[in-house]
Amino acid sequence: MKVLIIEDEAELRETLKGSLVKEDYIVETAGDFRSAMDKVSVYDYDCILLDIMLPGGSGLQVLDLLKQEGKSDNVIIISAKDSLDDKLRGLELGADDYLTKPFHIAELNARIKAVLRRKQRDGKNTLAMGNLLLDLNDRNLSIAGEPVALNRKEFDILNYFLLNKNRLVSKSALAEHVWGDNTDQADNLDFIYSQIKNLRKKFLTKQANVDFEAVYGIGYKLVEK
Amino acid sequence: MKLANQTLKYLSVSVLVVIALWSTIFYLFMLEAIHDNIDEELENQKRLIIQELASEAIVSPDLEFGINNYKVREIPEQQAIKMQNVYKDTMLYKQDDDDPEPELEPVRMLTTAFEHKGHYYELSIINSMIEESDLIKNLFYSVLILFVLLVVSIVLINKVVIERLWSPLYYFLDQLTKFRLGKSDDKPSMDTNIVEFKDLQLAVTTLIRHNEEIYEQQKQFIGNASHELQTPLAIMINKLEMMVETEGLQSEQANAIAEVLNTAERLVRLNKSLLLLTKIENRQFLNNEDLSLNTLVTNIVEELEDMATFKNITIQVQQQLELNLSLDSSLANIMVSNLIRNALFHNIEGGEVDITITENALLVANTGVEGPLDAEQVFSRFYKSDASSKGTGLGLAIVQAICHLYGFEVSYHYDQSKHIFKLNFPSA
Repeated sequence: MKVLIIEDEAELRETLKGSLVKEDYIVETAGDFRSAMDKVSVYDYDCILLDIMLPGGSGLQVLDLLKQEGKSDNVIIISAKDSLDDKLRGLELGADDYLTKPFHIAELNARIKAVLRRKQRDGKNTLAMGNLLLDLNDRNLSIAGEPVALNRKEFDILNYFLLNKNRLVSKSALAEHVWGDNTDQADNLDFIYSQIKNLRKKFLTKQANVDFEAVYGIGYKLVEK
Repeated sequence: MKLANQTLKYLSVSVLVVIALWSTIFYLFMLEAIHDNIDEELENQKRLIIQELASEAIVSPDLEFGINNYKVREIPEQQAIKMQNVYKDTMLYKQDDDDPEPELEPVRMLTTAFEHKGHYYELSIINSMIEESDLIKNLFYSVLILFVLLVVSIVLINKVVIERLWSPLYYFLDQLTKFRLGKSDDKPSMDTNIVEFKDLQLAVTTLIRHNEEIYEQQKQFIGNASHELQTPLAIMINKLEMMVETEGLQSEQANAIAEVLNTAERLVRLNKSLLLLTKIENRQFLNNEDLSLNTLVTNIVEELEDMATFKNITIQVQQQLELNLSLDSSLANIMVSNLIRNALFHNIEGGEVDITITENALLVANTGVEGPLDAEQVFSRFYKSDASSKGTGLGLAIVQAICHLYGFEVSYHYDQSKHIFKLNFPSA
């Protein structure tokens, strides 16, 4: 899988690259408008992360070029501007998604996976890890072939962790993703613990070979035992 | 004191002074004119009497003022030669119809001398005079009537003048009172030809425009600053997230990173809230759509159920009626969600949140700290009832900003040990 990061801020670009390399993607980067145009016109990428404000031009122009070549559907716009106009224009030009900075790495991973999965077009829409199999179409889980009942929240949580295998999922990233917590009062995220506990109980009774690992009070990691 | 009353006060006092002065002068002139008139008459009488007496053979002394209003007595020559015409005011007993007995009345008396066939006589002629006290009394009453008439007409003229001339000013004042910087679209204005009012309007308009510019700059500054913070914050958060994933981290280091990460995330939330506030105030959300408040509340309560269960809080929703509103759906969500979250987070273990939807209001009541909060402050930015809270202190300020945008009313009160937040939808 080849991913291109178009981002002028070097620090952010390198951090994102580091994270995506961990996911075993082949990562290329562009730091300005010119090199971005060069790269997208010559190579094909499975996913492109595109910043809108670039030195030398606008990311929307890059998107325009991609759209003309019918390749704009794998673009995720990453912008510091949470403006509705930009969002609408970006999506109009065929971008798949719009992520406002700052974002959690876990959220970016989830969005990239969503883009990549749509590209596979093999009809299969499942996530697997160890003996876990999560069917995203039917919204059900089976452990070692046996069905396990999940409520809506549990399904969303597990889905998020499976998009971030072996990666840190912070509690605030999870709260935002699952509980839509985009407001300011998340001063108590301890309730997430009880949700993880419930899932863990289900893993134990069905003898799953994956487990949640607490990460220094920030969040959890889903790992294979 | 109103301008009209103030004017009246000064005008009536000065009118009183002017009239008093005028009536004194008028009285003196009158008196003078009356004297002149009487003296001329006396002079005339004198000539007639002397002519009359000259035709007679001898002048018989007439020592009392009788029907003729004069008396004559003989005097020595030396005295007569020295004598000149003397006019004087004096008093005499007189009786008229309505007097039971003679009364002293003021008279004007001319004393003079004449010669008749070698004899010298003194002649005194009287003429009745106006009574000064009567004159003063009559003058006083007429002046009083004049004064009252003047004051009444001043009041009436004032009323008309104020209604006509000053009405643009009162209209302007009314608009100015209602004017809110950054919230009112129309600047106060008046339709007038009066130069002073035009100048006032110009001065006020300039002042408002200047203030609006500053207000706009400040708003833009907050917006720009928040935007500029987004990228550095993104670098910080993502680097820390990567760092905490590093293999072989010592738990002490990891905990330190975790703390920084948590703090950075607080910063992100704060920044996002500030951006949101700026956007609300810049009216960047106006994709109004009709939505059901009941459905909205039900969805949000469902979303927050896990948090409530964790804190052992019971959420009760009482829907008296179906309440539909027209507003931006994301703002509606933020508004209701912030209120309910607020009720959850500032609650006690095993507490309650009661949500009531009425015909035109949404009430969120929760148990929490004892005693009422400062109702004036509770919606202010960065107000925190509990200093240790990790919230941004902007949640309710955002609710208020959304309410202002749509003309809803939001209020807080404390009743029966519950903190009650009420959203009123006047147009619903």
